[in-house]
Amino acid sequence: MHSLKEMRREFQRAFNVSTNRVKVAIGLGTCGIAAGGEKVWNAVNEYVENEGLDVDMMSTGCLGMCYAEPIMEVHMPGEPRFVYGNVKPETAVEILERHLKYGRPSPEYIVGQDPRGFEPAPNIMELKDTGFFKSQVKTVLGRCGIIDPEQIAHYIAFGGYEALEKVLSEMSQIEVIEEIKRSGLRGRGGGGFPTGRKWEAAYNSPGPKKYVICNADEGDPGAFMDRSILEGDPHSVLEGMAICGYAIGADEGYIYVRAEYPLAIKRLRKAIQDAEAMGILGDNILDSGFSFRIRIAAGAGAFVCGEETALMHSIEGKRGMPRVRPPYPAQSGLWGKPTNINNVETYANVPGIIRKGADWFAAMGTDNSKGSKVFALTGKIRRTGLAEVPIGISLRDVVFDIGGGIQNDRKFKAVQIGGPSGGCIPASHLDTPIDYDSLIQLGAMMGSGGLVVMDEDTCMVDVARYFLKFTQEESCGKCTPCREGTMRMLQILERICQGQGGPEDIDTLENLALVVKSTSLCGLGQSAPNPVLATLRYFRSEYEEHIFNKKCPAGICVELLDIIIDPAACKGCTLCKNVCPADAITGERKKPHSIDPEKCIKCQACIMKCPFGAITKG
Amino acid sequence: MCNCGENLRDQRYTALEKTLKKYRHTTGKIIPVLQEIQDIFGYVPIEAIREVSRELKVPSSEIYGVVTFYGQFHLQARGKNIIRVCTGTACHVQGGGKILEAITDYLGLKDGKMTSDDMMFTLEPVACLGACGMAPVMMVNEDAYGRLTPDEVPAILARYDENRKQKDDEKCIA
Amino acid sequence: MTAITVSINGIKTTVPEGTSILQAAAGAGVHIPTLCFHPDQEVKANCRICVVEVEGRNNLAPACATAVSEGMVIKTATRRVLAARRTILELILARHPQDCLHCSRNGTCELQQLAAEYDVRYNRFPRDEWQLPLDYSTPGIVRDPNKCVLCHRCIEVCTAVQTVNALGLANRGYDTQVVPSIDHDLFESPCVMCGQCIHACPVAAITERDQIDELMEAISDPEKVVVTQIAPAVRLALSEEFGGEPGRLRMEQLVDGLQKIGFDYVLHTNFAADLTIWEEGHELLERLQEGRNLPMFTSCCPGWVRFAEVYYPGLLNHLSTCKSPQQMFGALVKTYWAEKMGIDPEKIVSVSIMPCTAKKYEAVRPEMIDSRYADVDMVLTTREIARLFRMTGIDPLKLAGAFPAPWMGEYTGAAVLFGASGGVMEAALRTVCELQGGTLEKIDFCDVRGMKGVKEATVYLNGKPVRVAVAHSLSNARVLMEQVAAGESPYHFIEVMACPGGCIGGGGQPLTRTDRDRARRMQAIYDEDRGRQRRKAHENQEVKALYQDYLGSVMSHKAHELLHTRYTLKRKNT
Repeated sequence: MHSLKEMRREFQRAFNVSTNRVKVAIGLGTCGIAAGGEKVWNAVNEYVENEGLDVDMMSTGCLGMCYAEPIMEVHMPGEPRFVYGNVKPETAVEILERHLKYGRPSPEYIVGQDPRGFEPAPNIMELKDTGFFKSQVKTVLGRCGIIDPEQIAHYIAFGGYEALEKVLSEMSQIEVIEEIKRSGLRGRGGGGFPTGRKWEAAYNSPGPKKYVICNADEGDPGAFMDRSILEGDPHSVLEGMAICGYAIGADEGYIYVRAEYPLAIKRLRKAIQDAEAMGILGDNILDSGFSFRIRIAAGAGAFVCGEETALMHSIEGKRGMPRVRPPYPAQSGLWGKPTNINNVETYANVPGIIRKGADWFAAMGTDNSKGSKVFALTGKIRRTGLAEVPIGISLRDVVFDIGGGIQNDRKFKAVQIGGPSGGCIPASHLDTPIDYDSLIQLGAMMGSGGLVVMDEDTCMVDVARYFLKFTQEESCGKCTPCREGTMRMLQILERICQGQGGPEDIDTLENLALVVKSTSLCGLGQSAPNPVLATLRYFRSEYEEHIFNKKCPAGICVELLDIIIDPAACKGCTLCKNVCPADAITGERKKPHSIDPEKCIKCQACIMKCPFGAITKG
Repeated sequence: MCNCGENLRDQRYTALEKTLKKYRHTTGKIIPVLQEIQDIFGYVPIEAIREVSRELKVPSSEIYGVVTFYGQFHLQARGKNIIRVCTGTACHVQGGGKILEAITDYLGLKDGKMTSDDMMFTLEPVACLGACGMAPVMMVNEDAYGRLTPDEVPAILARYDENRKQKDDEKCIA
Repeated sequence: MTAITVSINGIKTTVPEGTSILQAAAGAGVHIPTLCFHPDQEVKANCRICVVEVEGRNNLAPACATAVSEGMVIKTATRRVLAARRTILELILARHPQDCLHCSRNGTCELQQLAAEYDVRYNRFPRDEWQLPLDYSTPGIVRDPNKCVLCHRCIEVCTAVQTVNALGLANRGYDTQVVPSIDHDLFESPCVMCGQCIHACPVAAITERDQIDELMEAISDPEKVVVTQIAPAVRLALSEEFGGEPGRLRMEQLVDGLQKIGFDYVLHTNFAADLTIWEEGHELLERLQEGRNLPMFTSCCPGWVRFAEVYYPGLLNHLSTCKSPQQMFGALVKTYWAEKMGIDPEKIVSVSIMPCTAKKYEAVRPEMIDSRYADVDMVLTTREIARLFRMTGIDPLKLAGAFPAPWMGEYTGAAVLFGASGGVMEAALRTVCELQGGTLEKIDFCDVRGMKGVKEATVYLNGKPVRVAVAHSLSNARVLMEQVAAGESPYHFIEVMACPGGCIGGGGQPLTRTDRDRARRMQAIYDEDRGRQRRKAHENQEVKALYQDYLGSVMSHKAHELLHTRYTLKRKNT
């Protein structure tokens, strides 16, 4: 058992030694790659080789600053860590040329600095003081973007597997469960069920064979915190699962990862291999007599598999259709055996709780919702990305302080929280604390923590239609209300968006939504109507505008638009006339043009083309 | 006559056999097996479903249910290049139908078939691609082509056909 | 077990722990509607028709899948519940064809009944029906996928009860469908046409292939001589269609009714059942003596035979070579009987009335032409005959009665037993034991009776123990076949019937829901047997005459030609 402690010291030494070397780290999570991180990597690599520089290149996971990707960090020995944002291949080389050769950082590209005990550079903001990080706590995401996720040594050097070691050497199964219960940790995947109680139920289920499952089927559009953890700190999830396995008496675990996350799968594979090679996973872990193996099951493209019973069917090789509960997985789960299912973020919270104690964790958050939660900020917000905040912080703080407010100085309209299962919350409720229970009262839900911010140019009927289309396509087809009801709701919404809505449509839609919500078999169907019900609750007048006045106030629903040319602003340049695919624009050169509304197909190509801003929708 | 196609076929079936052998005595591994099959063939052939059923002793009705449930699996072979043709209103009024015709002519598609016999192309008519100002529009893989005329279609497709990666810079809008 | 007290619509009721709300309500006399629920099947909770309000819960609870808990307050008919049920019905009906008036389940459709109960007078949702072709690929069963309500009941019976695995789900969400294996037609699937899915279906998505028109054409043709055979299980169940208990209809009344419909001659499959025992009994003794191809399986059931041909082609030599009674009868009616009656076989239309959809298929098997004509020209199920009676305004229960035609109309109690699982075995044992000499004192073999899935008995022939087994439902047959395949079967003789309960629960019978219904019909079989003067197949005088006048002897060359057959592998999408 002493070996891991020694190893940690050794790895820490190695990590510190390596901090005495020049290091360039580039964020190569999926978002980093999508933003062009690999091109930056290649350019830097080429530069370093050509110049013959003695530099350690390191790829890291995501810091959460999607808005600033690609991100490059430069560590010079004895200096703060400098984080450069929005780096392009050319600028990266430029920056390094100045920074590495002449020791001159380029403040214009720097997002922030992390002094790490060294003298901070003047006139450059510290990362933790920047708007994006000021209100954040980094517990689950603490290592993401700092360590190389493919190096188990880095994880161990940063306290990794200390909790597992502690559990195996000092704690009984019940003590572990009690600690988790005391921490107040609730499931981070949606419903917010107390994790300790879940574990306890699985522990109390008799049987020699039990399973631990990690739900990594993160399917909500607009949520990617699980992916970020798996890509940036995979060992934390493995450690959480192993602790759970010990607590409930399971010797086997599955991580169900959606097929769309190949990088996460790759990193998990490597992490499992490395951990097994070091005796941290597998048989007789750290000589404790406890054995635990983890396997990966790759999803095959079905959102509903995020539902726990559907997920288990999918691992068993069946259609991912949910079944009625009870029995709950704790009683009869995978292959009929007692099973504990939590999601990625939940497991990633576990090692910290064990290491620092339930009290430390419970000090964060509100009375009923403890700890921190990672939110994915997307939509019309200035700073998109991942933010980890104490539960209970207000929506306003998240949207305006961390997220920096709305893009292009538009007006905030609503924030959709919880993806297609959630609801939208209007400006009047911006000061609501974000916790499980308050959100449900507002008709939304925490869900996995996706926050899509909408501005005044967003049509709320269109938003409801968008989410309904998503859930309708992802319905498994098992129960009537979800299979048929989501389709009928979608049809009504489409009708309304196309200006074909009738006066009875709002009532029908609302009635149907309530039936689908209260009679569907699983969470997908029960929450599918939430976007409709929430928009009806807060933005009913927009529906009425569409139906009774045939107007889309946000100017989004094309069929309801009138495209008009302001004759005073039109210079008769004929550009619009030429671009119009429907030959709807007429007018002589140098004279104001006009649009034939009968012919116009509302494609708006003319608006984009007009150099004078003379064409508007209204 | 060239018989390299035959070899290709043999190789795929050898790979299939290997996969089946690997999973022969397993239960509940249908999805990984199907994922491997899709990797081998690019789709899940009906014949492979029968083989899996025999080797893993799972009814083919159940396997078919799994294949058609998950979005990842395709029952039809798909071509190497995916052509997406916009059928939105703007493209329609600008003669998108003629573009579609030109493509089916070039690929020799008949009777509602969407994949060319040589497996080079699969045609997917899609709702608006969001480039109405450039109508009519099509995309080949990630490359978008706008303001198309039917007579330009063969030349554009020919480039992908020969697996050359040059693009027509004038026509390529993305 | 703990007793739990709940309140349902204000009625206090105490039930054992684990009871569902649905069961508890039924016990308290409160009706909750269901659609996907089937008393003999797993709880599916798909349709959501049975939702009720449970105090303290936000969502409505499916009564079928929610267990009661102490102090639970349940309301089954609040405004909210009724509105939800009606909305769900509207949703189903929006996709369901509205051709109730000319649907074969008009009046027996569970969906139609719900629509009536819930007073669905209009539908807020536009109609969006499937436009799929009907599947007429098999001679026995027709699928109308447009009518499917996705309750999954047919799939469960096909996979769990029958292990045939012909039906499964395809696609997802709004596009979900029940399809034959790999979405080819039913005939290419391993379907054995047992028709159990018809009983499971709440609507008319699966029905028998109707041959009433064909029959009426033959009856109205003055050139044709329409001869029919009636299977023993038909009579018992037919009473149910006319409001009687199983077995109330007397055989004479049925004969009378059929004659009134216009059949020229009415005969009995039972005659051939007795004959089967002669042939099969001797075949068994022969095999026992030679120790060859044991255990021997019965081959009366065409669903079972096809199951063996599809799933166990390597073990087909274990099946008795005897044709089924229907086909023995068919081969004889156009040869022996035609000769006796002096009727040109060419003019004979051989019709059989069966409890079975697979018999429709058996009749058109290409090898079934040993009379040099189609041995059986058409097969009508009990349900079709019931329809025909209604159409022609005949209530058979009110008829005086008439007698069958000569030469192939006599039967013993043993033949009647063929209608119930274990009956062929019991009939065979009665004869085989006596063929070894002596007279049986006790001829009721109770071990092979009843609804148990696999029944066993040991009898002694010449002092040697002979182990027999009886299986009904193909899942049970599969268990016994797997033993044979593994070389571990302890048995010598095995009877298999594809349908639960045997032919009384056949796919062509009046719609059957539970094992209780089947057990009642079974009882009627044993009652009839007990009431008959002759109860052993070898006592049938007309069969004796047949051997004397025509076949020569048991297992003679001619008997082989007309009464035996062989089986072949059927390659299907298993």
